[in-house]
Amino acid sequence: MAETTSALDRIAARAARATPVPVARRLRGLSDRGIAWLFITPTILLLLAINIFPLIWTIWLSFTNYRANRPTLETEFIGLQNYQRVLSNPDVWHTLQVTARFLCWTMAIQTVLGFALAWLINRQFRGHGFWTTVILLPMMLSPAVVGNFWTFLYQPQIGLFNYVVSFFTGIPPSSFQMIGDVNLAPWAIVIVDTWMWTPYIMLICLAGLRSIPDYLYEAAEVDRASPWRQFWSITVPMVLPFLMLAVLFRAIENFKMFDLVVELTSGGPGSVTELASINLKREAFEKWRTGYSSAFAIILFVTVFGAANIYVKALNAVKNR
Amino acid sequence: MSAIGPQTRPAPPAKESLLRRFRRFRRGPWETLATLIIFVGVVMLMQPFAIVLYTYSFVTILTGTVLFVIVSHFPD
Repeated sequence: MAETTSALDRIAARAARATPVPVARRLRGLSDRGIAWLFITPTILLLLAINIFPLIWTIWLSFTNYRANRPTLETEFIGLQNYQRVLSNPDVWHTLQVTARFLCWTMAIQTVLGFALAWLINRQFRGHGFWTTVILLPMMLSPAVVGNFWTFLYQPQIGLFNYVVSFFTGIPPSSFQMIGDVNLAPWAIVIVDTWMWTPYIMLICLAGLRSIPDYLYEAAEVDRASPWRQFWSITVPMVLPFLMLAVLFRAIENFKMFDLVVELTSGGPGSVTELASINLKREAFEKWRTGYSSAFAIILFVTVFGAANIYVKALNAVKNR
Repeated sequence: MSAIGPQTRPAPPAKESLLRRFRRFRRGPWETLATLIIFVGVVMLMQPFAIVLYTYSFVTILTGTVLFVIVSHFPD
């Protein structure tokens, strides 16, 4: 023990000797708070550089006519013109409606399916752990990978999806195209998003279901409440805050949806699946209207920030239960 | 008449009117108001009925968000 201590002392003495005298003197003079600041300053600087600075820069660009493909041109301050253009552009309005439809359908289907799956998995049956893992697998995949393999599944000639639909409905598999058809393409992305993210809703609902104490059901049994009554009076109210949280979180994520849809349809055919984020990317990196797209980005950012506030409020409500 | 006498329940706390709670700058009602404004703004942004609602949606969301940031510093 004494040997170990003396070894440590020797190392400390060597480190002290190696530290330049002015640095050592300066460090010795620092308070605990000062040393804490010394450690967190690099992180704060990094955050400022990669988060705050780009945000402020984007806000500034949104008030200018800057184009990133013509950096030599003089940048003019044009006030709120970019915001006026974005907020009176019917094409942008259309992309937000496409986003809204995508949000409504995905949220509705995922909520019902997620809750139903959680309710089924919550019943302790043989192998329920295995099935939980199987259901959770899609959530763990990368959206780019999911987009790619669903593109193969949707192929009208060789894709498995068309054959499954054909098996159940009798429609020839090559008679319809999920990705190429104007009416079916929005459903194609809804199906893939549902396949990928229903497990997330299920997981949150499962946590809610497992948090319901058994004595509530026992008391309901004593009062001769029917299973239907127990479901509506105990299960649904107790799980609802968790469900709301999951839906809100997924809604914010789907509002920003980009990668999965780009891999599947790239916004087509036409612009039927062109979500707001895809339109933003086109304005910024295909048409190179940097100032205009910065204004659009700020509008989307404020929307997500506002929705995130509602999310935090819901989170606090769940925490205070 | 029993020896213990009639038992009296403690009086329930008087309910404060909503307007009064707003005036006292309590966090709860103001946060709800801000949340409502944000929600209305998001609906205005994504509705398919009138472009004029879409035009004013950003101002609504921004108002709600700024209000939320301010009122979240009010006491509970």
